[in-house]
Amino acid sequence: MSSLSALLSMGAMGLIFGLSLGAASKKLAVDQDPRIDQIMEVLPGANCGGCGFAGCSALAGAIVSGDAPVTGCPVGKSAIAEKIAKIMGVECAAAEPKYARVLCRGSREHAAELYDYRGIQDCRSAQITGGGAKVCTYGCLGLGSCVAACPFGAMSMGDEGLPIVDEALCTGCGKCVAACPRQLIELRTASESVNVVCKSHARGPEVRKACSVGCIGCGMCAKNCPEKAIEMIDNLAVIDQSKCTRCGLCIEKCPQKCILDFAASGEAAPISGKKAAV
Amino acid sequence: MRQLLVILFSQALVNNFMLSRILGTCPFIGVSQQVETATGMSLAVVFVMTVASAITWLVQNFILNPLNMAYLQTVSFILVIAALVQLIEMVIRKSSPSLYRALGIYLPLITTNCAVLGVAIINYQANYTLLESAVSGAAGGLGWALAIILFAAIRERQRLAPVPRAMQGFPIALVTTGLLAMAFLGFSGFDVARFVGL
Repeated sequence: MSSLSALLSMGAMGLIFGLSLGAASKKLAVDQDPRIDQIMEVLPGANCGGCGFAGCSALAGAIVSGDAPVTGCPVGKSAIAEKIAKIMGVECAAAEPKYARVLCRGSREHAAELYDYRGIQDCRSAQITGGGAKVCTYGCLGLGSCVAACPFGAMSMGDEGLPIVDEALCTGCGKCVAACPRQLIELRTASESVNVVCKSHARGPEVRKACSVGCIGCGMCAKNCPEKAIEMIDNLAVIDQSKCTRCGLCIEKCPQKCILDFAASGEAAPISGKKAAV
Repeated sequence: MRQLLVILFSQALVNNFMLSRILGTCPFIGVSQQVETATGMSLAVVFVMTVASAITWLVQNFILNPLNMAYLQTVSFILVIAALVQLIEMVIRKSSPSLYRALGIYLPLITTNCAVLGVAIINYQANYTLLESAVSGAAGGLGWALAIILFAAIRERQRLAPVPRAMQGFPIALVTTGLLAMAFLGFSGFDVARFVGL
């Protein structure tokens, strides 16, 4: 009997409060721009924060109020930007989607190791404890902090100990870029495909000792580039993507095979394909 | 009337919810960056505490006590508080979108604010009447408001002060809270009844 009265009284209280709240919400409904809800439906809803706002709803509000461009969502790529542009009634300048590119080829086979790291399996831990197990102080530590950081499951750790980016899944949100303690991952558009896949500023002999596919700063690429798009900065070749025509000459000339055309290889981290040539 | 004044002073100052009972700490730290938002939060808390005190008294005396269901006190009180907070959230969203944004997550968090549940249970334990409960709730809210507005004013000034780097932000805020609480300690032993009787 008492349990029944408890059920009834609590249920009745809930019902009364619920009904009055329902009535109040009708009466106090806020007229918000219907486009905000429409854009919210189009957005991925992952709340990854890649746009720089607190979440998808914050971005939707910012787009409607004009504080963010219709291409504000880096995850949605052009398909979503077009839908948002339609809702907003504006033309959408197609934004080229960006992909994460891992700029290091120093796999277990190619890069020498100093010691056997048995600490926490996280690049940042390895970096701050022993400075990383590799001889090269610029190269990939291979413990997968970027893989763990990827909210879209686009990254995996390859057999050679280098992360592989699945272009079909990569949204260019940039979480992996922030996760890498050695700043080896950069966002590039599909057309910016020719990249120096080494970040070592060490001098040639040191690089040779540490890694067989590192940039030794010989300058062959810079000398041979017909567009003068490559500059040697601090023992490292740097490609000016605005000048690069993807002719591929530098790729041929590089003695270390550390310039790569990501588009030609078809996937973002094609180590296995290139290894035969080394 | 005298009894009401005694309740008012004791709930607002002597037994200040924040600085003496240490209830309602989360929004106290969270929404005290600016005096303006602190004031908005205070108004919301005063409203919720006052109305919650009255309604929980009714629930206690007309539902729980007659049906011998004192064990459902916490559940039913939280039900009342949650509904009230929902209501006030809608009102604030309608009337002041900027305040709504400034309060952010702390507004729905009033639901789980121990100060609100605390005042309802304290009222019951003190055997207050309906009017006394409402006054007690309002006084508790006002006392909490006094504490957070004072605190927000201090924090506004602190932003310009050369606080050592390790102490910036929450550490100095917590130390400040402690100092404020010590200041309010001065009210303990204060004979409210005599003061009101004068």
